[in-house]
Amino acid sequence: MKHIRTLNTKKLQNTVKKGGCGECQTSCQSACKTSCTVGNQSCENK
Amino acid sequence: MIHQYKNNGYAIVLDVNSGAIHVVDDLTYDLIACIDRAGGPDPAKKEAQIAELSAVYPREQVEEAYAEVETLVADESLFTRDSYEPYITDFKKRPTVVKALCLHIAHDCNLACRYCFAGEGEYHGSRALMSFEVGKAALDFLIAHSGQRRNLEVDFFGGEPLMNWQVVKDLVAYGRSQEKLHDKSFRFTLTTNGVLLDDEVTEFCNREMANVVLSIDGRREVHDRMRPFRKGAGSYDLIVPKFLKFAESRGQERYYVRGTFTHHNLDFSEDVLHLADLGFRQISVEPVVAEEGADYAIRREDLPRLFAEYDRLAAEMAERKQNGREFQFFHFMIDLEGGPCVAKRLSGCGSGTEYLAVTPWGDLYPCHQFVGNEKFLLGNVREGIVRQEVCDEFKRCNVYAKENCRTCFARFYCSGGCAANAYNFTGDICGTYDIGCELQKKRIECAIMIKAAESESAVGQ
Repeated sequence: MKHIRTLNTKKLQNTVKKGGCGECQTSCQSACKTSCTVGNQSCENK
Repeated sequence: MIHQYKNNGYAIVLDVNSGAIHVVDDLTYDLIACIDRAGGPDPAKKEAQIAELSAVYPREQVEEAYAEVETLVADESLFTRDSYEPYITDFKKRPTVVKALCLHIAHDCNLACRYCFAGEGEYHGSRALMSFEVGKAALDFLIAHSGQRRNLEVDFFGGEPLMNWQVVKDLVAYGRSQEKLHDKSFRFTLTTNGVLLDDEVTEFCNREMANVVLSIDGRREVHDRMRPFRKGAGSYDLIVPKFLKFAESRGQERYYVRGTFTHHNLDFSEDVLHLADLGFRQISVEPVVAEEGADYAIRREDLPRLFAEYDRLAAEMAERKQNGREFQFFHFMIDLEGGPCVAKRLSGCGSGTEYLAVTPWGDLYPCHQFVGNEKFLLGNVREGIVRQEVCDEFKRCNVYAKENCRTCFARFYCSGGCAANAYNFTGDICGTYDIGCELQKKRIECAIMIKAAESESAVGQ
């Protein structure tokens, strides 16, 4: 494409089928104890 | 739903429901805005939209950009509909298991931080240390209530956990002894102010702790103002050499120096850069959560200044990355390819359901922030949960239960935000803390901009 550069190939809607295993880290156990940040957690079920 | 913004020279379009992120030229940026204003793609409006943009840009290019937009729409990575609400409602109905505990190993502290939500470590109660017996019962409770989950997380929190260090070590040993018996894997973490950090603690942490959070606010004057000893002396000079040695001993990985910024240091990017210049590579600095009216509380009028600080920090980080001086800033980290599934993104932080806090005497609360508020007392580690109705309230709390989140582009990144913040500011765990939301949105925009810059530099190589 000439006008658009897409940064990611993974789509959220494709995670519906296999998602929800719950093995990933709890967000507050990492480095935030006062603000919820989930988008930077990693999936453990790739 | 889409979200468009420009930052540091990049024009960015976020397709909220697919998570796709597009870096576009000005023509396409304006074209997508035009289509969005009209309520989304509509073939009947195409010709008029091309004509409108052709008044500003060459028609041939407008048609070309329009074709690219149509390709993305067909690919479900632009103007994608939100189809997750029934899915997440069903998902949240599933039985939940407990997978993470925040152990308040010591309700006591050797510092007297002015902003401490724990009331100088005592959580508005009396000083107390968790006994091994209570901690063991907590780990047993976790194993018994974790169902099929293999990875279990236990954070040693306080107060200051190193004031009860022997119990920490004994509980780690007990946890390890249970792993094979129950096919579980414990991930232990520790949060410390560093006052009692020494070689023995370091060696143990490097062997056993998956992550360690080291509390430091940044520049000496900023840190010492908010994090003094009980008699008033600053703690910066004592802890900085210890933290540096600790970070190096772990190969600059699996730790964060974590700070809090307040109304008194709105120029907090200086503190982040100060920590980076000291030699730390894993940094987390976040806004204070304070009661309205506290002299150090973040105010609405502080927001423009804080936005500028985040912009400055993001631009500086993008530049340092190119110069080989990169560092991680926790709130700018974003995993575009291997990030969490939509179930995780929509179901919240897990407080009150899969994540619980345990007091020194074994009481269970939805998370560390609720400890001491009897309204949220859930039960204790020996009897288990006795007030299931409170847990159910947390279980129902997801982004679709929060009116403000429904229309917010950031909902897949913050997961509806912190329930404790929401409760503190609105009296409802399903409320939203507006100032926190504004800062969160800004951080996400900056994080994505950094990814755009990285991608451009990768293309250029």
